[in-house]
Amino acid sequence: MNKDSSKLKNREEITQLTIKEINQKIKAKEISIFEVVSEVTNRIKAEDQKINGYISLYFEEALAQAKRLDETISNYDNINPLYGIPIAIKDNICVKDKLATCGSKILSNFISPYDATVVEKLKQANSIIIGKTNMDEFAMGSSNETSYYGPVANPKNTDYVPGGSSGGSAAVVAYGGAFGALGTDTGGSVRLPASFCGVVGLKPTYGRVSRYGLIAFASSLDCIGTLARSVEDTAMLFETIAGFDEMDATSVNFPVKKFEFDYSLFKSYTLGIPREYFTEGLDFRIAKIIDEKIKELSKECRAVKEISLPNTQYSTATYYLICTAEASSNLARYDGVKYGLRISARTLSELYELTREDGFGQEVKRRILIGTYGLSKGYYDEYYGTAQKVRNLIKQDFDEAFKNCNLILTPTAPNLPFKLGEKISDPLAMYLSDVYTNSINLAGLPAISVPVGEIDNLPVGLQIIGPAFEETHLLNCAKMVESLCK
Amino acid sequence: MNDKYEVIIGLEVHVQLKTKSKCFCSCPVEFGGLPNTNVCPVCLGLPGTLPVLNRKAVELAIKAGLALNCQIIQKSSFARKHYFYPDLPKGYQITQYKEPLAVNGYIEIEDSKIRVRRLHLEEDSGKSMHCGTETLVDFNRCGVPLIEVVTEPDIKSPEQTVQVLQVLRQILRYLDVSDCDMEKGHFRCEPNISLRKVGEKKLGVRTELKNLNSLRSVREGLQFEIERQKKILDNNEEVIQETLFWDEQTKTAGSMRGKEESEDYRYFPEPDLPVLVISQSEIERIKKSLPLMPWQRKAILISNYGLSENTAEIIVETKEFVDYFEETLKEINDPHLVANWLVTEVRGILNEKGILIQDFSISPSKLAELLRLLKTEKISNKVAKDIFNEMLITDKTATEILNLKDLTLVDDEDLLFNTVKEVLQENPEVVAKYKAGKTTVISYLIGQVQKKTKGKLKPQKIQEAIIKQLE
Repeated sequence: MNKDSSKLKNREEITQLTIKEINQKIKAKEISIFEVVSEVTNRIKAEDQKINGYISLYFEEALAQAKRLDETISNYDNINPLYGIPIAIKDNICVKDKLATCGSKILSNFISPYDATVVEKLKQANSIIIGKTNMDEFAMGSSNETSYYGPVANPKNTDYVPGGSSGGSAAVVAYGGAFGALGTDTGGSVRLPASFCGVVGLKPTYGRVSRYGLIAFASSLDCIGTLARSVEDTAMLFETIAGFDEMDATSVNFPVKKFEFDYSLFKSYTLGIPREYFTEGLDFRIAKIIDEKIKELSKECRAVKEISLPNTQYSTATYYLICTAEASSNLARYDGVKYGLRISARTLSELYELTREDGFGQEVKRRILIGTYGLSKGYYDEYYGTAQKVRNLIKQDFDEAFKNCNLILTPTAPNLPFKLGEKISDPLAMYLSDVYTNSINLAGLPAISVPVGEIDNLPVGLQIIGPAFEETHLLNCAKMVESLCK
Repeated sequence: MNDKYEVIIGLEVHVQLKTKSKCFCSCPVEFGGLPNTNVCPVCLGLPGTLPVLNRKAVELAIKAGLALNCQIIQKSSFARKHYFYPDLPKGYQITQYKEPLAVNGYIEIEDSKIRVRRLHLEEDSGKSMHCGTETLVDFNRCGVPLIEVVTEPDIKSPEQTVQVLQVLRQILRYLDVSDCDMEKGHFRCEPNISLRKVGEKKLGVRTELKNLNSLRSVREGLQFEIERQKKILDNNEEVIQETLFWDEQTKTAGSMRGKEESEDYRYFPEPDLPVLVISQSEIERIKKSLPLMPWQRKAILISNYGLSENTAEIIVETKEFVDYFEETLKEINDPHLVANWLVTEVRGILNEKGILIQDFSISPSKLAELLRLLKTEKISNKVAKDIFNEMLITDKTATEILNLKDLTLVDDEDLLFNTVKEVLQENPEVVAKYKAGKTTVISYLIGQVQKKTKGKLKPQKIQEAIIKQLE
């Protein structure tokens, strides 16, 4: 089959194709899996020093697996979509016998003894795990600058941040270091980097994808999502990882439909535009691109309607109270006793203090402190309790809104990617990057970010929000947006 | 205890549930395994793992709640209780806080009702072992399901505390929700205690006692603490609210931690576990599956079989014992005979050997066979006891032993006459006593005849023959 691969003008182009295209080429025997993986490893070798998207890479294993997969194809017509496809995994998702650092010094030597459920599913689909991607420490950040392993650069312009916290996953998919990646989204951590790097990022409904093996940041908000170069690739990855899992008591048993673009379905949609998302904080250039896209869509769908999500203004405060409280609890286990970093000490409390002092970065410590305070005696009702009540109001806002529309469209981020170092010393400014995304996590809804244009060579993403478990409609609408952008 | 102060005691009891697997993972629950062998990523709290609730533990907890007359809360929730300790691998314990599984019950003892405030489900921690300067941790126990039963401060004395614990343990054992073995830590109680002047309305400052590993230490610990508090109050000083640790060696209780370290557990709802919903039909189903409770079985023994209050009380002490009684009764319809044998002979052997009825080698039907032989007067009481002793060491039936040794009662007039004559000649002073009017000595003479004839003669006949010859 090697002679056929000459059909590709430039072999490097292989790494820029979609999963669907690679799958077709493998089926057509135009290319071997080994060649695909080799090209990806070459691409990573060439690019990743600049980008710093990976924390761990498994070239040898990946090539060996590629060879095995090439040899065991019995029926070329019937190769499943992810067969032999190199996929990257965010480093807060456990892969058996591999490091799972969470971008933190405290877990810099932690090797997981088990596979996350999503990883098991990817392995069953015979995809190839090529490496584990860089991320904000414990997924706490919007710029991918809080990683113990150094910041990730935006492949579009390496002076800029890729967005966070799944910045590594978004960046490697953008530059061709993997065909798809898993990320995690607690307040926008898949969608924001997808928007900043110009790829498609899906955050499924809470409970749709098992969290077993996802190292928790904020359990009631955390969601494993996908990063890919097309909506169809997104659908394939999503369908592979979704589903009920008896190892996750919060996962939901709700059938996952196979995605197929349905234009007539799109024509029936009423799209809602929340007025609270188009206010002063939004970069006017982004507003313009989004407006244009909405106009184009309005010609195809049934109606576009202005809607209201009145509690939007409280979402960032609510989000940070809840996520820090849960984080302070989830990160209590990193104590130097059983695994991970351990700084030797004379007493038990000194062991805790020194290990956690040295093992956690500044942003993580800040959030643990805020969260601990919010849960402490006498403050619980005022902070965590109030936040839970507002969270319910935000949920109700969406319930109301979906009585009047099928899907909601917003910008993914209020601003373009910013320069590395620009906001790292201003946590409040950084927290506002999530302003359009975190309320969706509070409500547990699915949302997707699709690239819709560029300003000064920096990508802009459109966010589509759907009712719970309606990923099919999200993907259907996203596909429409994607085709309008081509 | 003088009458100046009134003692007020409340209980917190942690009971290990008898499930095959742990509360939130599928690791087996076993006592005494090699350290850290019954563990998995979930109970070790490894990064990324999640708890999944064991429904069997829920069912056992509901059983306990119902038997303690509690209201079962149909929507209860789990919470995280935070503190740092090496044997707590997640840095928090999964427990129930604001919405426990069961509330507002009571435990009935002889003369009073002790109110149960709440009963909730939670996971156990691991065990720290201090070896010299090292501390080692065994996580085998980590994640084992427990219920915590909390009573109102309705208990009036150490003796009553022990009584409440005995009744609670008996109930839980009847339900088969726990083995309640205190030595193995299945049943751990932490009483809280305060004193107040008689007539005073306000409760005094209470202390909590830990490390009470037997009912005896519960009583001794509480007695110690009453005396300690009494002295403080007598000196017009104030009791400090704190947790005290009972030292079995020195028989004293010392402070565990200073006030300044008073803990804030930062409880908040466990986001990894959905609300625990229990339907009315599930509660009804479990209610129907509850076994008869000791007081119910006791009432049956008294009303159906005419046993005395005292005998019935002894028989219902454990479910297995009263089951044994009823099993035996199925094959020999003589409640008094069976009860008598169980309470004296069988219980004697159990106490002597330090075993439980469930470990007793003679089955109910084998015992019934022996008692049948006795009842139909084929053997004397003495022979029956000999056979019983023999049955303890062989697996032969009473009939087999009897046939082997030819111990059947006989009607041999010559043997009777000659043996009685012999015995009377050998015991002139006893005969003298009898003739002087002390007729009760006749039982000694009967015994001697039985000894010589190896119990083959009927006692009734022997008595008649003795009286006849003495006249």
